[in-house]
Amino acid sequence: MSEQATARYTNDFLREVEKNVEEGHWVKMCMQCGVCAGSCPLGSAWAHPPQEIFMMIRAGKREEVLTSDSMWMCTSCYNCMVRCPRQLPITHIMHGLANYAHRLGLSPKGQPTQATATLFWNNLIKKGRVNELTFSLALYFKDGFVQGIKNALNMQAVGFGLMKAKRLNPMEILGGHAVKDQAGLKAMIAKAREIEDRKKGFAK
Amino acid sequence: MAEMKTAAYICSGCGIGERVSTAQMAKIAQKEGKMALVREHACLCDESGVQTIKDDIEKEAVTHIVLAACSRRVKTEAFNFPTVAMARANIREGVIWSQPEDAEHAETTQEMADDYVRMGCAEVKKMKVPEGNPNRASNKRILVVGGGVSGMTSALEMAEAGYDTVLVEKSGALGGWAAELVKRVPSQQPYADPADTGVAELAAKVAAHPRIALHLNSTIAQTDGAPGRFSVSIAQESGATVTEEVGALIQATGFTPYDMMKLPELGAGKSPNVVDQLGLEKLVKAANGGAVKRPSDGGEVKRVVFIQCAGQRDESQETEGRHLPYCSGHCCATSIKQAMYFKDANPDIDTMVMYTDLRVPGTGEDFYRSGQQKGVTFTKGKTSSVEAAGNACKVSFKDLILNEDVAIEADLVVLATGMVANSGMNIDIPEEEVEKMEVKPISILNLNYRQGKDMPQLKSGFTDSHFICFPYETRRTGIYAAGPVRRPMDMTQAIEDATGAAMKAIQAVENASLGRAAHPRSGDLSYPIVRLEGCTQCKRCTVECPFGAIDEDEKRFPVFNESRCRRCGTCMGACPVRVISFENYSVDTVGMQIKSVDMPDEFSEKPRILILACENDAYPALDMAGLQRKAYSAFVRAIPVRCLGSVNTIWITDALNGGWDGVMMMGCKKGDDYQCHFVKGSEMASYRMSKVDDTLKQMGLETERVATYEVAITDIERVPQLINDYAEKIKEIGMSPMKGFA
Amino acid sequence: MAKKEYAFYPGCSSQKGASASNYLTSVNAMCDKLDVTITEIPDWNCCGASIGYAEGGELPRLALSARNFALAEQHLPGKEMVATCAACWLAQREVKDRIDHNEVLLKETNEALAAAGLQYQGTTPVRHMVEVLIEDLGYDALKQPVVKPLEGIKFAGYVGCQTNRPFGIDGESFENPVYLDKLVETVGGEAVPYDQKVTCCGGALAFSEPEKSQKQIRDIVESAYDHGAEMIVTPCPLCQANVEIYQSEINKKHGTKLNMPVLYYSQLMTVAYGGTAKEAGLDGHLIRATRLEDITKK
Repeated sequence: MSEQATARYTNDFLREVEKNVEEGHWVKMCMQCGVCAGSCPLGSAWAHPPQEIFMMIRAGKREEVLTSDSMWMCTSCYNCMVRCPRQLPITHIMHGLANYAHRLGLSPKGQPTQATATLFWNNLIKKGRVNELTFSLALYFKDGFVQGIKNALNMQAVGFGLMKAKRLNPMEILGGHAVKDQAGLKAMIAKAREIEDRKKGFAK
Repeated sequence: MAEMKTAAYICSGCGIGERVSTAQMAKIAQKEGKMALVREHACLCDESGVQTIKDDIEKEAVTHIVLAACSRRVKTEAFNFPTVAMARANIREGVIWSQPEDAEHAETTQEMADDYVRMGCAEVKKMKVPEGNPNRASNKRILVVGGGVSGMTSALEMAEAGYDTVLVEKSGALGGWAAELVKRVPSQQPYADPADTGVAELAAKVAAHPRIALHLNSTIAQTDGAPGRFSVSIAQESGATVTEEVGALIQATGFTPYDMMKLPELGAGKSPNVVDQLGLEKLVKAANGGAVKRPSDGGEVKRVVFIQCAGQRDESQETEGRHLPYCSGHCCATSIKQAMYFKDANPDIDTMVMYTDLRVPGTGEDFYRSGQQKGVTFTKGKTSSVEAAGNACKVSFKDLILNEDVAIEADLVVLATGMVANSGMNIDIPEEEVEKMEVKPISILNLNYRQGKDMPQLKSGFTDSHFICFPYETRRTGIYAAGPVRRPMDMTQAIEDATGAAMKAIQAVENASLGRAAHPRSGDLSYPIVRLEGCTQCKRCTVECPFGAIDEDEKRFPVFNESRCRRCGTCMGACPVRVISFENYSVDTVGMQIKSVDMPDEFSEKPRILILACENDAYPALDMAGLQRKAYSAFVRAIPVRCLGSVNTIWITDALNGGWDGVMMMGCKKGDDYQCHFVKGSEMASYRMSKVDDTLKQMGLETERVATYEVAITDIERVPQLINDYAEKIKEIGMSPMKGFA
Repeated sequence: MAKKEYAFYPGCSSQKGASASNYLTSVNAMCDKLDVTITEIPDWNCCGASIGYAEGGELPRLALSARNFALAEQHLPGKEMVATCAACWLAQREVKDRIDHNEVLLKETNEALAAAGLQYQGTTPVRHMVEVLIEDLGYDALKQPVVKPLEGIKFAGYVGCQTNRPFGIDGESFENPVYLDKLVETVGGEAVPYDQKVTCCGGALAFSEPEKSQKQIRDIVESAYDHGAEMIVTPCPLCQANVEIYQSEINKKHGTKLNMPVLYYSQLMTVAYGGTAKEAGLDGHLIRATRLEDITKK
């Protein structure tokens, strides 16, 4: 018997998920009905619907789960969660798995939602509030300068429209909205991150 | 007995008086029905109405009464005159409520009412007041076969209710399989943890109870008799036989685990590390609170795999369904419980339940969740093989969620093999086939009955009983089945079953002592009377009785054991020479009704359709259709029958000869999922009617003139539709050419 | 009726020059008409939105929302928090739900908050503006100020996801919530039944998975058209932005002619209550709601 076969279906990865993934202790409660899979607006985009992800965790398929881009298809619509007959917080578990995979550096390279999420978080942490203009610009340029120009040109009409409607302010690039206690906010986030990293064993 | 004096009472209440002429009905009762006394009343069921009837019975010496009022199924408390014969003409539900209230229908509505009065008068004159079974016996002791949880529960329940009980157990101790269990699946809130079995406590109570006589190491050598007078020979270990006289029996002989040795592909017999569920209980018991060790080498158990449906629910082509076709119901919860043995002792042990469908109904769902909370994992997968691999087992399976073939290692594999009923012999297997069997079936009850030594089985070896209405009633009156011998079940269900069967056994001995029928005609005092001088020894009654009530004497005449009889009348329907009858239900009580109606001529455009409706389902459905004012053809005349099995073909030929244009027979569903209250009645009727076609052809009639329908009590919408469709069909075929010859 | 006062959490998108600035404009006008006072929580921060999880993880996200609660408790004690943004409201509720029921997370969150000199007490509930309207004021009170009923206009009430799931409005079903239709009817409009009422618009994935999101948006708008709606109305800023902004993109790619205005409930109410087009933020749309603008001119 191969070593891999022996390791399969042991509960090691399930235990790891329970310990380190947000709401991961719920994974064992899935009863494999598949309502989540049928309720997802982006269902067809998931290589492995949530139900299957839960089974893969129980089957010990660590690599396959953490490198999957399925969790990154979550739009946070919460449909799976309200329909789950076992009340699993599926949305949160998917978020938790995505975050865990990302923190371990296992999530697929260049996954657009992950890249967007990182830009978004960095943007909000900078001032405590999201700056939509710098966020959008960063998004357009995330794939390099040339692509960025193309992206921006593509959305030019929309951008001008929003500007005209006073819903996108070009002056935001100079600073824009911010919390006053930026130092406090940054210290708070740093502390929170420090506790979480310690708990979940993330390398600093 | 006093001279017959008849009386008819025509009620005009509930709107009857506004819809039909009660005066005309009264006249018919008098002139055509030849009733000695005829009275009209504005509300017959009220105090003055009931008093009128009572006075007539007392002062006028009336012995036979016809009530032309509402259905015989209602007002039974008001119209309770046990000393006289009574027929009830259903004018309310059957006529005014089933017919549209308009001028157009007034004439046919009146005709219906008139006919029902004629029929009531014809019926009552052929009725007698039932006097009760003269061969009654009043032994109220009850014998229980089997000392497991079901048997012990039945015995204790009856003993506590004040009935002396005899408990026969083939082994040397009480407890059955349940005594082998370390713990049981919980039966109480919060349904989260394995619970104490309670078996030791139950056994101690049974052993110490002053009303329970215990026979251990004993089997039944012979069972003879009938409710109220069973004589049971008990063979003891020493070879001696003792006889217990009892009034009823409960068979609680439980189950045998399906033999896992029939599952070599799942590793049975290939590795000591593969056990069945009871095998695991033994291992845990042997560990005596310590860690369960691997049987092959005493090594540490790190992973246990539970394989559900092992040799169960097998309808697959490749195995040709050679294992059990059914689900045993308890095994999923049992495996969860067994996984908890490990998880509760050491959460680091991996326990995986491999299932195709997890079946944990009711509170089992809570237990399932508790198992998940404790870290028992569940894999939807189909095991292809289990092989010995050193001191471990290699389990190969297909993960049905991930759609992959996988092989994993386990230290211990537990097969959930399910239950096989201990029902004794299958009496439907012909003797010549039994002769050929390598292992001869062993009877449990050794009934000295014409129809076989054990109780009839329905399928898969479980004793036959009406699964919805009369679950504990077997097809042998006074003998009740409880627990897994009846169907696969868990301990909670077995306890409930045992309690139900105990109540039924108590009812049986009480009814028997009063000469009354047991269910479903509980309390009926009528019983089958046979005029032996006319009997041709054809054996049809003895063969067709669904309850084995009729034996044969040495000259092959039928011997009726009245207290085994359920009073369905299947024997009456079967008898070609019509020598079997009940005092208040006979070939004549129905036959005379058929002959009594006013038959319009061939050119009247008023066909007549006879409905013979089973009183258990079809007749109530007709009543309820009336109650809901669902109109149906005015050309029908309905006669309730005890069971379609009681329908004698003479009624059909009489009806057709008498110019009836069609006959609708309405009975319960037959087959493996039968709804017939008498199990085989509707099946017998259907068989007999399959032969009616020839008779019809001989008479030069269309085969459609006799039709049989399966009708459920809930068919309130469907019954009027069936009637109307059939009336339409008769209109198409045309009027019967037989009118006017009778 | 006693004057209603709340601690207000406007959220990033409602700020001046941001994508839902006209939402805030109309909310302010609506609250004025209804005599509801909303006091902005001093120095509030972003909630992390529905995409903050990926980089932010659990505890930093909990800390962000807890900080808003702590500030409200400190500066506006005794006042319930009200949010207008679906994601803000949801994040606050989720965080409260979790730390109120988990002592370890509560302790850790407060440890992080202490670094900013704050503490979470758990005394402030959070409400969505819609809850304030229908629960605290009630449909009758919402009807009273109507002076220009939106007669003859058919709206597709687009509830979307996050005001509906997982918490939703009390007493409403997840599959067919009706409060938005009732609000439309309260201000004299007609709510059309259609089958994409709670369909996801793609949410934050509108940026990262444009094709997939735009398919969602197209389904929603086309269904609204198919059922005779002239405008879409929503309680969610991201829904509003996605469903309005990308219609032109979809048209470009697929040759469709989608051009349906997407409004906030607060804009409908402001107009019905007699507010000007500017007060109702009607100037903040790429697809103008001309029939509403006409009503304001009457």
